[in-house]
Amino acid sequence: MGGISAAIERDIPKNREGRFPRFDRELNLKGKICPYTFIESMLTLEEMKRDEVLRVIVDYPPAVCDVPRSLKNEGYEVLDVSPINETDWEIWVRNKEVE
Amino acid sequence: MKFSEEQIHRYSRQMILPGIGGKGQRKLGEARVFIMGAGGLGSPAAIYLAAAGVGAIGLADFDRVELHNLQRQILHRTPDIGLLKVDSGKKTLETLNPEVQVQVYSERITSANIRDIIKDYHLVLDGSDNFPTRFLVNDACFFEKKTLISGAILRFDGQLSTFKPHAGGPCYRCLFPEPPPPGTIPSCQEAGILGAVAGTIGLLQANEALKEILGLGRSMSGRLLLFNALSLCFDEVKIEPNPVCRLCGKNPAIKELIDYPLTCQA
Repeated sequence: MGGISAAIERDIPKNREGRFPRFDRELNLKGKICPYTFIESMLTLEEMKRDEVLRVIVDYPPAVCDVPRSLKNEGYEVLDVSPINETDWEIWVRNKEVE
Repeated sequence: MKFSEEQIHRYSRQMILPGIGGKGQRKLGEARVFIMGAGGLGSPAAIYLAAAGVGAIGLADFDRVELHNLQRQILHRTPDIGLLKVDSGKKTLETLNPEVQVQVYSERITSANIRDIIKDYHLVLDGSDNFPTRFLVNDACFFEKKTLISGAILRFDGQLSTFKPHAGGPCYRCLFPEPPPPGTIPSCQEAGILGAVAGTIGLLQANEALKEILGLGRSMSGRLLLFNALSLCFDEVKIEPNPVCRLCGKNPAIKELIDYPLTCQA
């Protein structure tokens, strides 16, 4: 897990202020692998309104790096990526302007 | 439309592409593409469009599968010999992707029925093997304002272009005003065709169809691609709308569809 944490530290500036007290939708992708994790996240965001926040839970280690990176490439704002427990991670992402 | 988990898995490798995503995949699912000919060009085009999740494919061909087709017409298999090509093609496409709706047209396509058929489609791919059909398809697309993705092959050579006169581009007649006199251009039957050449051009037609549906990249409208397999060269020629085109020019002489005679030399 150290390697993944280090990669996240490098790629995603942490924003812990206020710890994002609320999210608008939550997506549990435990048991799902890439690229399904990213696509399902993106499809959910496409259904959401601008600036709404999605919390994604993943347990597939590569998804912890890949999903935030792919979402950033698509123009979404990744707010936070943190471990929840020994196996699960949460990814917080804010929706972009809806086209 | 909400995607099922199976759909996400099926289309995942293209849904992750920039500019496609869920919105693009939905566009593909709603798209209706008509393919003229279930032969050397129509086969690879139909297969890749079905695989990509194009919602509806119309397949027109009145021929039956023969042994000499199988060298290039990859919609069909040896046990399909004797079947109508559209039935064999429908079976292949539905086996590949059961989500695609395949509508078959086994009647001869003429001036009497073509406009009624293509009006229900967004895009037309021409993979026909004779000039009367090519001109009929072009003229019908012009009158119905349908984008036409045209492919043609002979021996080791292929050509490809997209015709959108309704969007300011040239039509097929701007490039080739009239069918050549019978006998001047050999057919594949006389001259031969390498299967992989048909595959290359048919695939590029599918590629251009996907781009037109998705609104991605640079259209082939106004550009003619010339391919030679032996030198493995792709060349491109710019083509402009012809102001005196008899179909789409300022003073058109052609006001209705024409059934040119289908001679044995066509």
